[in-house]
Amino acid sequence: MPTKIEKDSITGQETTGHEWDGLKELNTPLPKWWLYTFYATIVFAAVWVVLYPAIPVQGWTGLTGWTARGALPAQMDAERARQAPMLARLREVSAEQIAADPELRGFALAGGRVGFANNCAGCHGAGGQGATGGFPSLADDDWLWGGSFEAIHTTISHGVRAGESDEERGIAMPAFLTTGMLTQAQVNDTADFVLSLSGRNVEPAAVERGRELYAENCASCHGDGGEGNRDMGAPRLNDQIWLYGGDRASVVRSIAYSRAGVMPAWRGRLDPAMINMITVYVHALGGGE
Amino acid sequence: MNQIAPDRPKVDQKPEPSLYASHQKVQPRAVKGRVRNIKWAVLVVLLALYYVVPWFRWDRGPGVPDQAVLVDIGHARLFFLWIELWPQEVYFLTGALVLGAIGLFAVTSLYGRLWCGFTCPQTVWTDLFMWVERRIEGDRNARIKLDQGAKDGRWWKLKLSKHAAWLGIAMATGGAWIMYFNDAPTVTWALLTGQASATVYGFFALFTATTYVLAGAAREQVCTYMCPWPRFQGAMLDDNSLVVTYRDWRGEPRGKPDAAHGDCVDCKACVHVCPTGIDIRDGQQLECIGCGLCVDACDDVMAKLGRDKGLVAFETLKNLAASQAAVAGMPPGPARNAAGMAARVPQKKIRPRTLIYSGVILGVVALMLGAWMLRATLTLSVERDRAPLFVQLSDGGIRNGYTLKLANKTRGEDLHLALVLDGPQGLLLTVQDAGEDAAGRPILTTRDDGITQWRALVTAPPGLRLGDNTPVTFRLVDGSGRTLVTQRSAFMGPRR
Repeated sequence: MPTKIEKDSITGQETTGHEWDGLKELNTPLPKWWLYTFYATIVFAAVWVVLYPAIPVQGWTGLTGWTARGALPAQMDAERARQAPMLARLREVSAEQIAADPELRGFALAGGRVGFANNCAGCHGAGGQGATGGFPSLADDDWLWGGSFEAIHTTISHGVRAGESDEERGIAMPAFLTTGMLTQAQVNDTADFVLSLSGRNVEPAAVERGRELYAENCASCHGDGGEGNRDMGAPRLNDQIWLYGGDRASVVRSIAYSRAGVMPAWRGRLDPAMINMITVYVHALGGGE
Repeated sequence: MNQIAPDRPKVDQKPEPSLYASHQKVQPRAVKGRVRNIKWAVLVVLLALYYVVPWFRWDRGPGVPDQAVLVDIGHARLFFLWIELWPQEVYFLTGALVLGAIGLFAVTSLYGRLWCGFTCPQTVWTDLFMWVERRIEGDRNARIKLDQGAKDGRWWKLKLSKHAAWLGIAMATGGAWIMYFNDAPTVTWALLTGQASATVYGFFALFTATTYVLAGAAREQVCTYMCPWPRFQGAMLDDNSLVVTYRDWRGEPRGKPDAAHGDCVDCKACVHVCPTGIDIRDGQQLECIGCGLCVDACDDVMAKLGRDKGLVAFETLKNLAASQAAVAGMPPGPARNAAGMAARVPQKKIRPRTLIYSGVILGVVALMLGAWMLRATLTLSVERDRAPLFVQLSDGGIRNGYTLKLANKTRGEDLHLALVLDGPQGLLLTVQDAGEDAAGRPILTTRDDGITQWRALVTAPPGLRLGDNTPVTFRLVDGSGRTLVTQRSAFMGPRR
């Protein structure tokens, strides 16, 4: 505390006694109303703390009892009520009919995008690009169970090998080595034949040995020429898309130990309107048939 | 070390000064004169513009707002006479603001704080509020007397009618503000009948309150404590700028109108008319808004005394110093006045700073004019899918997805444009939900003053082996084969 107040000789104003390189700070008093404004903000804050949930203590909601969390259900209900007429329409018609109606389609694409991101993207990736190791791309033109509106709708509803329905999407491929149906040498030969279906360079002798084995064990589901069978979810083997990898070791492993990817059934978990919307969205990703 | 340095100025032994000062109410006296007349004219023109402009109509055809100046937040459009801007063209507004700022610098470096003293809304509305106050409570002396006197019936009557009048002006001001963002007749009717939205009432209340508080109570404190402009105006002014100043070489020593004193008779007229409550004779001050009312006040006194006007005047600091030097040692009187005035030189208007400001203004004007002339009314944006980056097809082909947005900033006929892809031979283009023309090209349709969105798929067949990133160009072609808009993008594939 300076006991002697210095006065600036030019303005006659008292200084704070601070000096920087010869510059001295004038002790200009703050206007009182400015101070009162500052007090007013403190009072405002105090009132706020009393009225609203400002203290991070479990159960403290302030005198008004208002919380953002508590206000959410009402907002959600209002939004649901707003969407209800549209969702009701989306429930009543098929995905194909939705896609044909511009208004419904626009709503379904927007809603389906969100539904897909929330429920499907975890495995199938954002934009449906899929992931190696059994998560099929939904944007390409290759479908295990079909790419029509109806087929996509069925797959989403019942899942794949979800144990939810014996009728739909329940078939699995046998593990040919584990069950003793083929020996390891036979599995290898079959794999070479399978690779030849998509034009790979493999040992011709092995292909010849595998041809017979394929016809006996695989062709009933995957087709004579590897064209696949969507009724059984048997993938095409004569194309360039490999769900579990297209190298020989992966194909050998698939034949020997089988592959049986599982997708949950969404019927009962998602609103039928949402299943319809996701169907329309997936169909529009690029591979819809 | 704790000895007081010998060059230290004198100190006095008072107790700690208060850190806070009570506001001293400024009670400016009415004044007549040339500057005041100009200020009145500017005030009338600016206020008339502010209150009336929202009511001007401008026919833009059916379904479009017909308000000449309208910021349509709901539909994300800015209407200004024949100009209609989309949100992404906000840079035109930015350009206008840049022009305003540099224009302010240029004007300030030439003529001082014209903006502060004549055109700033704070000054204009404060002036209006002071005029009302003067009409109701009387001039300076009457008001001071009223404030010091008893709070009797007359006091209540005058104060209530003043505040009622102020509130009326404030409400008109707040109401006019809303009209720039809503259709003026509609929102006025809604406001008056209680049917306007809470947002409208909120902003109406906000601008009513700020007008009332800033022009009624805060006044010069806005300039002194709140506004940043007085702080950096010092960087705009130099010795060649015109500023409101007191010719101390002519006025000092102030005192009785006799031969021993200068022209200043210390009547304090300049202090009494000052809206910020300062004494211009103390020299350049942050608080001075350069309104020049003290010039009028002093000229009035000088005329009555039969002396030359211009003791307080718009003058450059360079001339002030030149006059000062010329009259050094001379006794007060007509000879000193003549010598001082003779030493003045015309204001130097062309200086590096004014040239630089003018150059920047010209540059920005040219830039904005160019941007306006080249402004596209039809734009195509192409957003390539990020997920998946590309899609491997069964036959070994590669497909990329694109989202196309076609913005049409005009109103009138919908355009039907063919989409053409320029890139390596063999790339196949399809657009979901789009029709085709006779040549098999996808047809995209624009929407009146709106955006249409399309999803395009481009496929490289298996035989076409491209790199991982191939540049492609989307082009929109009208019926006569003319390319209206192009947009570059890329076609991605696996590394080979």
